[in-house]
Amino acid sequence: MDIPMSFYLLVSFVMFFAGVFGFITRKNMIAMLMSLELILNSVNINFVVFNRFLFPEQMEGMFFTLFIIGVAAAETAVAIAIIINVFRSVNNISADDIQKMKY
Amino acid sequence: MDTKFIIALLILAIPAFNFLLLGLGGVKMSHRTAGLIGTIGLTVVAVLSYYTAITYFFDYGCMEGAYQPVIGPFPDEANPAFHWLQFTDHLTLDLGIWLDPISVMMLVVISTVSLMVHVYSNGYMHGERGFQRYFAFLSLFTFSMLGLVVATNIFQMYIFWELVGVSSYLLIGFYYTKPEAVLAAKKAFIVTRFADLGFLIGILILSYYTNTFDFAVLTDVNGPVLTSPSGATFLGISVFSWATALLFMGGAGKSAMMPLHIWLPDAMEGPTPVSALIHAATMVVAGVFLVARLFPLYFILTPEVLTGIAYLAAATSLYAAVVACVQTDIKRVLAFSTISQIAYMLVALGVSGLGGHEGLGYMASMFHLFTHAFFKALLFLCAGAVIHAIGSNEMDRMGNLRKYMPITHITFLIACLAIAGIPPFSGFFSKDEILVAAFEKDKLIFFCQYFVAGLTAFYMFRLYYGIFWGTERDYGKHLPHEAPLNMSAPLIFLTVLTCCTGLLPFNELITSDGRPFDLHTEWGIALPSIAVGVLGIVVATVLYRRPNPLPQRMADSVRTLHRAAYRRFYFDEIYMFITKNVIFRRICSPVAWFDRHIIDGFMDFQAWWSNALSFRIRALQSGSLQFYVGVFIFSILVIAGLLIAFVF
Repeated sequence: MDIPMSFYLLVSFVMFFAGVFGFITRKNMIAMLMSLELILNSVNINFVVFNRFLFPEQMEGMFFTLFIIGVAAAETAVAIAIIINVFRSVNNISADDIQKMKY
Repeated sequence: MDTKFIIALLILAIPAFNFLLLGLGGVKMSHRTAGLIGTIGLTVVAVLSYYTAITYFFDYGCMEGAYQPVIGPFPDEANPAFHWLQFTDHLTLDLGIWLDPISVMMLVVISTVSLMVHVYSNGYMHGERGFQRYFAFLSLFTFSMLGLVVATNIFQMYIFWELVGVSSYLLIGFYYTKPEAVLAAKKAFIVTRFADLGFLIGILILSYYTNTFDFAVLTDVNGPVLTSPSGATFLGISVFSWATALLFMGGAGKSAMMPLHIWLPDAMEGPTPVSALIHAATMVVAGVFLVARLFPLYFILTPEVLTGIAYLAAATSLYAAVVACVQTDIKRVLAFSTISQIAYMLVALGVSGLGGHEGLGYMASMFHLFTHAFFKALLFLCAGAVIHAIGSNEMDRMGNLRKYMPITHITFLIACLAIAGIPPFSGFFSKDEILVAAFEKDKLIFFCQYFVAGLTAFYMFRLYYGIFWGTERDYGKHLPHEAPLNMSAPLIFLTVLTCCTGLLPFNELITSDGRPFDLHTEWGIALPSIAVGVLGIVVATVLYRRPNPLPQRMADSVRTLHRAAYRRFYFDEIYMFITKNVIFRRICSPVAWFDRHIIDGFMDFQAWWSNALSFRIRALQSGSLQFYVGVFIFSILVIAGLLIAFVF
């Protein structure tokens, strides 16, 4: 119990910006979805850490994390379904090439 | 509500209803049904008008020895606070019905002539395209004209005045496939609208300084308006002079006084029965009616305007009579004759006084209006019968028609005698009174009108001989024939009226103050006026009864004058010059340039730079989500950095 809070936050920080970087740079939609998961999980870490270090007698942060995991799973399922459908119609999952619904 | 007002409202409502019925449902009807509906409606209106006239003159109109206006149903006595339109606390507007000698007389004139025209049109317009539309417009016109004469206030009169103008426009342009008719309709509308601008400004000035629209207040000789008028002036001239002069401008436009007369000769492009109804008998006397309605106001407050009207009208009547002498289109001759005769009525009003024998001119004017309506409508309907038979308006296509059209011939002759002022026909009596009134007031005007009386006889008989005598033309296989019964019956009826309306005792019924006065024929003036009429007829007989070279030689000897008169003294050319070369080129073109380059240019410049800017930044709206997220994150970081740097 002697790892300071900033270490955890550093991990979370790195994960968050890795996610953002991945989301902006990757063209593959699966990769973008994975980047999104990284961002969500860095937030989860923050919730847990702050709960643990600042309000150790309460449980709200933990519960939030559980909810986020649940919602993220559902959201991923939907996103994967969309991606599969897109792939079926255009044979591609590159974000730049999907322009059918643009105009 | 009183029975008399219910009847008066019915008189207005029937033509209005017919207009809607024929206008909306006309295309579904046969020609016969549409004509029948219009004619029967007008018959009812005529009967109700006669009933109103008889009951007014012999039952309820006369109180304490004088004919008083009967006003109703608004303002309502049971509910005096109710007004149709409230402008300010003092200035309110009530629509209503005003029955007095001249409005009742006008009801009779309008409904009679309109009924005759309706009957006649059943024959004249037979088989024309748009027959139902024609009857719908006739009903609209009749409604508006009846509404105009019973108006209780000047604003209500203005509303119907404009309605009359628009129905006149619609009927002149009835043959809308003919370019001349379209141009004539536009000309009539624009000229009268321009004149009505003066009318409207006059109304505004008058209502501003008197706080009322009501004729009852404006013409009350003992009322506040006439006894203690506002002393305000504009450019050194009293505001009331401005107001009455501008009001007369509207009247001059409708009544075709110089220089606003240019639309009336062109208005003859409309169907001939329309010319008889609108451009001879009823609408063109609206100006006369307006001055007569506001006569106490003109006479007491602005006598100088009244004198000006007399001189303008005298000049117009002379001008129109001279022009009528040389026209070859028979409807044009009649149109100029109408201008001349309406000017006669206005001369009579201009030289009139108020009350008793002084008001002879007023009575003579209304008398002439009454008689003129019938014989001029008759002349036009005869001309219509001739045109119907020949298929042309030009006099040199006609000749010796008395053999083929005996009824038209006789009725036309009687109408000519009436307008020439030969007793015992109606024109003699009314014209004689006008000459007497002019003689008592102003000798110059008298001699002018005396000369015009001779000219009138001359040009009418020139027309008569040109149509019914002279050489027989080549009429081809279809010889001219007498008009059918539904056209000749109105001719005969109007001839009867022309013969006997001169005997009506106008001096007892329609006078400037409502009180009867004694009248006896002034033989000292009547005999010379008969003589000058006979002289005109004799001259016309010598020149035109048999083909001879004399008229041509006379025309050649005064070629410039003849030419100028034939071109109507170049009034149209002057108007064209002023509008095209002065107004359009010197005023409108610079204004248009300013509008197009400065005002539009400013707007265009704004559109141009926002457009250019949008082109520059439209690449940002790429639709790429990742780019948006990048910008979003970057912006958040910048804002967070700024917050950290400056706030914490």
